[in-house]
Amino acid sequence: MANHLAIDNAGPGSAEARLANALLGFKVRDKAFHVLTLAAAWTVLILLGGVVASLVAGSIPAIKAFGLNFLTTEAWNPVTEKFGAMAPVYGTIVTSIIAMAIAVPSALGIAIFLTELCPYALRRPVGIAIELLAGIPSIIYGIWGLFVLAPFLQEHVEPGVISLFANVPVLSDLFAGPPYGIGVLTAGVILAIMVLPIVASISRDVFETVPAVLKESAYAVGCTTWEVVRSVVIPYTRVGIIGGVMLGLGRALGETMAVTFVIGNAHKISPSLLSPGTTISATIANEFTEAVGDIYTSALITLGLILFVITFIILAISRYLLLRLHQREGL
Amino acid sequence: MTGMNDVTNLGQGRVAAEAGTMAGVEVSNLEQKVSIRDLKFYYGDSLALKSISLPLCAHKVTAFIGPSGCGKSTLLRVLNRMYDLYPNQRAEGEVILDGVNILRPEQDLNLLRARVGMVFQKPTPFPMSIHDNVAFGIKLYQKLPKAELRDRVEAALMQAALWGEVKDKLNASGLSLSGGQQQRLCIARTVALQPEVILLDEPCSALDPISTAKIEETIDELKENYTIAIVTHNLQQAARVSELTAFMYLGELIEFGVTAQIFTSPEKKQTQNYITGRFG
Amino acid sequence: MAIYDTRRRRSKFYIGLCFASVAIGLGWLAIILGTLLFEGFRNISPAVFTQMTPPPGSEGGLKNAIIGSLIMTVLGVAIGTPLGMLAGTYMAEYGRHSKLTIVVRFINDILLSAPSIIVGLFIYEVMVVKMGHFSALAGAMALAVIVVPVVVRTTEDMLLLVPDPLREAASALGLPRAIVIGKVAYRAARAGLITGVLLAIARISGETAPLLFTALNNQFFSTNLNAPMSSLPAVIFQFALSPYKEWQQLAWTGALLITLAVLVLSVTARVLQMGKPGK
Repeated sequence: MANHLAIDNAGPGSAEARLANALLGFKVRDKAFHVLTLAAAWTVLILLGGVVASLVAGSIPAIKAFGLNFLTTEAWNPVTEKFGAMAPVYGTIVTSIIAMAIAVPSALGIAIFLTELCPYALRRPVGIAIELLAGIPSIIYGIWGLFVLAPFLQEHVEPGVISLFANVPVLSDLFAGPPYGIGVLTAGVILAIMVLPIVASISRDVFETVPAVLKESAYAVGCTTWEVVRSVVIPYTRVGIIGGVMLGLGRALGETMAVTFVIGNAHKISPSLLSPGTTISATIANEFTEAVGDIYTSALITLGLILFVITFIILAISRYLLLRLHQREGL
Repeated sequence: MTGMNDVTNLGQGRVAAEAGTMAGVEVSNLEQKVSIRDLKFYYGDSLALKSISLPLCAHKVTAFIGPSGCGKSTLLRVLNRMYDLYPNQRAEGEVILDGVNILRPEQDLNLLRARVGMVFQKPTPFPMSIHDNVAFGIKLYQKLPKAELRDRVEAALMQAALWGEVKDKLNASGLSLSGGQQQRLCIARTVALQPEVILLDEPCSALDPISTAKIEETIDELKENYTIAIVTHNLQQAARVSELTAFMYLGELIEFGVTAQIFTSPEKKQTQNYITGRFG
Repeated sequence: MAIYDTRRRRSKFYIGLCFASVAIGLGWLAIILGTLLFEGFRNISPAVFTQMTPPPGSEGGLKNAIIGSLIMTVLGVAIGTPLGMLAGTYMAEYGRHSKLTIVVRFINDILLSAPSIIVGLFIYEVMVVKMGHFSALAGAMALAVIVVPVVVRTTEDMLLLVPDPLREAASALGLPRAIVIGKVAYRAARAGLITGVLLAIARISGETAPLLFTALNNQFFSTNLNAPMSSLPAVIFQFALSPYKEWQQLAWTGALLITLAVLVLSVTARVLQMGKPGK
């Protein structure tokens, strides 16, 4: 590097002066870039803060009007301006439970297939195909669900299910008619198809971290393939699987378009899974642009706040679990 | 030759003692538990084992030595058909266990592996308690009442020389043990199944000298009841624990015989070069 | 022996279930894509691209919706990508071990998976309400908010893959940090960074919820950023739920267009990624 003294004592226009100017320019640009990127990083945090703040601000009128009763009221009446979150919250939770109940075993099955059973040549294509499912936009699922799945269920599946459980004590209420086609169950099925690739993908990645030696040890004791999976692979990857399941759950809870098309948008809670209902996001999507009056709009924003809190907690747990898994693997 | 004398002095006289008892015994007079005949092994198209033929003698410890890549682990993994897990690996030839060729396609692999156990280079306790680790194999094949199961677990842990150290914490996770203890747990897990043959694939290479010594003692006791094959990089260890040694090089069996004789006066020059450290 | 037979049967049973799951999963994919192709192509014609969205009961096209989607997508990506890249750059370069990075990474991953309708509400509160009306700009901002977490994540991951010796060699030449990052790290990670942008575009192409109460919808052709603008997802939403056959048909065609765009982007991103070592 040039002699500092030479630079300080240099006359203007000399080579040293030009070099000094250049170095100064570097320093300034460097600092500017550093500050710019730092500001960008902070913006991400501010974004989250902004989301929370705006939701809270928008919810205040409704919270003032209803208080905690908002969570326990089923009524939803724009005319009398009486609103309650129970029906949407119930629908959100029930559709998500149905979705996870269907998706998780299937996803694990797919992950087991991809890591233990699939011929090497097919692994990539099948894996890509499963990920393609994840890439299909949710509105496509919605329109497909409305025009294809719902009528199919209505004509071919639901009547059978209704008559099958007609005389069974609890199940007859759970699967009571009439067969609408759309409804809570259909929404749950669509959600299951959407969540499946996420959980399958993460489970597959997590299964691949099991050391081959460990699996060979289990085989060496005479285990069948299923026994190796059940006794070694799954316990070893337990934390990661739960992380993936929570991620899928977060997605299911917040999914809007696919559900809106097939849930029927009825603000009531009924015991039958075959009846229409509503979820938080479906309610907001359907009613927000037509909501008149501050209380109505505020009630919808409060629903948004509730959804945000629920999904935030679930996603935070998921991230934490997957982080712990990564740390254990030394990744 | 000084080189030869150095080797003979390793193992502190044990090799000499063995030489005394087995010098007059021909290998062909020993009972053969496993008979490997004309075994070839392929990774894809490449030939890794070239027409190997040798016996594993009952109730004896056979050591497999040779430089890296000579095929000794590959050979071991043929004996319990572990290679079957990988589609591009295949074996040709015969491996006769008690009169039956285990390489035949109809061979039931799970039952085979219950008779031919394996301990791996890296200790691999399952993610469960110490007791469950050992009971795992037993429960696969027998439905035993709790007390009897407990007894079997205790017996296996004693055979692995681990009982004293874990008897008060059988419910602790297998992963909470030290490396050497974990490896003995894996040995206990294997002997709990009461196999006939035990395959040890460099069982001490990841362990400290004290654990290694303990495991070598265990091997010495185990051979009373089992036929043992051990792959090892450590020549001194091979000399210490085995009665028979097979030297392999580049996928071929170069020499096989009584350990004492292999280490003191090998027949092949290659064997001699390896033993004296001319190449590793 | 009985125990062993049971074990073998049980293993076969569960393995069979695994095969069945894959078959069903792939089956869903085939059915959905098949239906989409069939229904979407049924009435496809140049009119789809040249005519506006029609009033109920008459024929028409999707021109305003397609243009609207293109405008808002491009704008959203243009706003969100630089922000995301800069943030990702900080996390991978300047602030690699700082606490801020750990927090931002955590928050970012949550934002990545958060319900997009929340984003719509957020932009509604801060833009639509303040401006007094719906606008395409608000829609683009909502899309930008969705783009940012995707780009942050891929930028950080891709930059972290660039080996440090490369950076050190550049610094040893006397280059300032900013140039090391700009000319060396970025160039090395170029394919990955572009992949990230493509994935972000694919992601927002199908997003409906954030547009519903920001850009709203527009029957007519408009490129006015300060007014409501039509978009493919919003049009599909409106048309599919209606009782009009022509509208439903256009909804299918629009769905097909979106899916094709998403698939092409995803495949391109994947092909680019295959040129890189590691994941």
